[in-house]
Amino acid sequence: MRTTITVNGEARALDIDPRTTLLDALREHLKLTGAKKGCDHGQCGACTVLVNGTRINACLSLAVMHDGDEVTTIEGLGTPEKLHPMQQAFLSEDAYQCGYCTPGQICSAVGMLAEVEAGLPSHATADVAQPAAVDGAEIRERMSGNICRCSAYPQIVAAIEAVAGGKA
Amino acid sequence: MSSVNDWAGPNPVKDNRSGLIGKGVDRYEGPLKVTGTAPYAYEVQPPSPPAYGVMVGATVATGRITGVDIAEAEAAPGVLLVWTHRNVPAQPAKGTRKHPRSTAGSKPALESDRVAYFGQPVALVVADTLENATAAARLVRLTYDAASPDVDFAARKAGAGQPPGEEDVEIGNFGEGFAASAVQLDETWTTPIQNHCQMEPCASLAWWEGDRCIAHTSIQMVKPAQHGLAETLGIDRDDVRLMTRYIGGGFGGKGQTYDDLTLAALAARALGRPVKVAFTRQQMMHGTIHRPATVQRVRLGADRDGRLNAFSLMTWTHCHRDGAFTEHASNFARTLYAAPNRLTGHRLVKLDLPGAGPMRAPGEASGTLSLECAMDELAERLGLDPVELRIRNEPPVDPENGRPFSQRQLVRCLKEGAQLFGWDRRLPTPGQVRDGRWLVGYGMAAAIRGNFLLPAKCSFSVDDDGVITVRQGMTDIGTGTYTVLAQIAAETLGVPLGQVRVEIGDSELPPAPGSGGQFGAATAGSAALMAGMNLRKAIAELATGDAESPLHGGDPAKIVFQDGVVGIENRSETLAGLIRRAAPGGLTVEGEIRPASDMREWSQQTYGAHFCEVGVDPVTGEVRVRRMLGVFAAGRIINAKTARSQLTGGMIWGAASALTEGNPVDPRYGSLLGQDLAQYLVPVQADIGEVEAIMLDEVDDKANPMGIKGVGELGNSGSGAAVANAIYNACGVRVREYPITPDKLLAGLIARGL
Ligand code: FES
Ligand code: FES
Repeated sequence: MRTTITVNGEARALDIDPRTTLLDALREHLKLTGAKKGCDHGQCGACTVLVNGTRINACLSLAVMHDGDEVTTIEGLGTPEKLHPMQQAFLSEDAYQCGYCTPGQICSAVGMLAEVEAGLPSHATADVAQPAAVDGAEIRERMSGNICRCSAYPQIVAAIEAVAGGKA
Repeated sequence: MSSVNDWAGPNPVKDNRSGLIGKGVDRYEGPLKVTGTAPYAYEVQPPSPPAYGVMVGATVATGRITGVDIAEAEAAPGVLLVWTHRNVPAQPAKGTRKHPRSTAGSKPALESDRVAYFGQPVALVVADTLENATAAARLVRLTYDAASPDVDFAARKAGAGQPPGEEDVEIGNFGEGFAASAVQLDETWTTPIQNHCQMEPCASLAWWEGDRCIAHTSIQMVKPAQHGLAETLGIDRDDVRLMTRYIGGGFGGKGQTYDDLTLAALAARALGRPVKVAFTRQQMMHGTIHRPATVQRVRLGADRDGRLNAFSLMTWTHCHRDGAFTEHASNFARTLYAAPNRLTGHRLVKLDLPGAGPMRAPGEASGTLSLECAMDELAERLGLDPVELRIRNEPPVDPENGRPFSQRQLVRCLKEGAQLFGWDRRLPTPGQVRDGRWLVGYGMAAAIRGNFLLPAKCSFSVDDDGVITVRQGMTDIGTGTYTVLAQIAAETLGVPLGQVRVEIGDSELPPAPGSGGQFGAATAGSAALMAGMNLRKAIAELATGDAESPLHGGDPAKIVFQDGVVGIENRSETLAGLIRRAAPGGLTVEGEIRPASDMREWSQQTYGAHFCEVGVDPVTGEVRVRRMLGVFAAGRIINAKTARSQLTGGMIWGAASALTEGNPVDPRYGSLLGQDLAQYLVPVQADIGEVEAIMLDEVDDKANPMGIKGVGELGNSGSGAAVANAIYNACGVRVREYPITPDKLLAGLIARGL
């Protein structure tokens, strides 16, 4: 099926098997292997990308469902020479070890901060009528869809706090 | 023969002139990892478009494949080949070593009609796309003559025997000593099967260049993978180039290769194009090794002052019918506490379960879950503080072999940890502290993990730009290898970090044993230091022998390397200038490390103390880890940042082993019930509170020339017991059957009337 997806700002025309997930379209067809496959079942978050600014599990979504969508992958956030602030914070705080969950964590963190900014509450928000503070409890709750088996969890919280604090 | 005394002299790592050793510098490969541009095995771009292989797993645990129908799969769209044992290319029988010095034998895939465990790969489908291969894999129809699997560990435990070549270790007379002890404890703990669940499932990509196989895979040890693949393919070892540049977690589970590698290589040869094969997450649970379950009986006999008179830890565990792996959960205990009468040993049963094997801190991770809780129970019976009980049983020398400790700062870890944590606020009687609806408790445990050094090589080059390149067939599984090698190189040659390149994960490079047993940094790093020393020597000789060098005629022993400049007294020139003029094209030297022959005259371990605060919800039985603190002594630390990450990661592993991780066996099918990450619960952010790891100053001059040791597994030793002890302190319920899930805790809470 013909599908056009804007990936990292560039329109990419694909003629793609309707069974192909967005994740496999990115990894196998567009050679953007930054998004990882940890489970292919929506259980780990390693495949997290931003679709029209919202974080999703790319393994749970078919590529053909994204005709006309804007997809941002980890490669679109920054490059080794010009890191996105969240990428820099992960580097500085050592918020990763093997690095396999990391692109998903970073995309998820960027999407998560946008959700907080948009006033979306979480289970950890004490007063849902007030804007949520980006503190440890909020971050842990909102980032629990991204597994890190290396268990860089404390460092991931520190990295996100550093970025959120820098914004405030 | 070599001696630890050979390591006593000064060296650049010890001198640490630029202060890079110990510094928490960012990871060398970090910019690639955080931008998604570090290619893991499945992501390497091959020279031509790859075909996709999908494996099919057996749906029985033991028996024979009696019927094979692949016609429909072969006819499916895009399918390039379908293999079962009937048509897979011939491979040398399992274990064959054509080259006597191979570090691994042949490991044929789809070897025969025999099924030895549930999920064993029994067919391969290769197609033009992943979707076509996945769809066609469902069309492979196999029938089995299945036997009833023998997988009931609890039932088979009574018939367990000694692991091959092992005997119980008894010192003094345990039975008499125990019987004569004023205070006795005799309890049994169980730990379940655990899965590594590395975030990157095992994956391989292979292609052929003429008769040479190029393979990328996700593996902790390069050489055995290269040798094993060559033996399996029946070709020369030099005709396999095996690479593993980035590895999405190992934890012991990638210490061996699996059929993804063999099948990718065979299919690539058959099809004449690159082939990729990956395990699915579901296939990982059965198709790769796991940490086996254990039953551990601990007996402690003490006098009323808390001095241990008799101590025993006996472990029962299981492995695969064809295997011999033993989870040595009793071994660490031989070194931990003093007691004149001691008995430790292991019993092993062979079952029709998938292969058991090493998983992060094999032995310690399981064993501390019993002994360190037993010590907590004993302290309570004695009315002693658990920290004090441990201090009272601190041995002056190794309690089993009488050898001096190379370094042992356990007591300091305990004392400093207690102080930093605020242990004095703990109330010894359980169930006394409330915070809203939560019952709050403190727990602690000791940590210990052995220290090892293995033979390794490394090469160092310097080029015309004065750039130092480290090359080693080593791996980085997230441990920080790239970074510590860069730090050692920069410090040794006196160049800034930005002037160092590190190439690892390639069978073409000088061999190193890889990552495992927390021996990686010490082993690979020591070889790097040796190579660096040899390069210094070569550069010194070059400069002092070169008539055009300002260093000409100087004493090579006096040469100093700093800031990219080489100098003798007040004469100097840049490293780049020297090389460009006197050795255009650069210099390359090798170095190697071997264990000293007298190393074993010392008892060498790493130590630590864990402290933990938990909340227990008395209504639901839910446990929350609020904060964890670990204080560790593990030799000189090369990188404070990556070492801390290793330790906190290990601590979280321990917490999860206490609370959520365990994979029950389905006795009907011989399978594991947890078949993905929704069923097998590894910790997520919300499960983990504050975690801090402190590293004490230490240099272990008996360990290696740098005085460093490992930290990758130490954090995982004892932290689960600290959580379990904190749960008891919070609510007064002891659960000795891990993991401590709410259902088990609730039963105890109800019994206590809470
Ligand atoms: S790969 Fe998509 S959630 Fe795990
Ligand atoms: S860094 Fe390894 S899984 Fe997160």
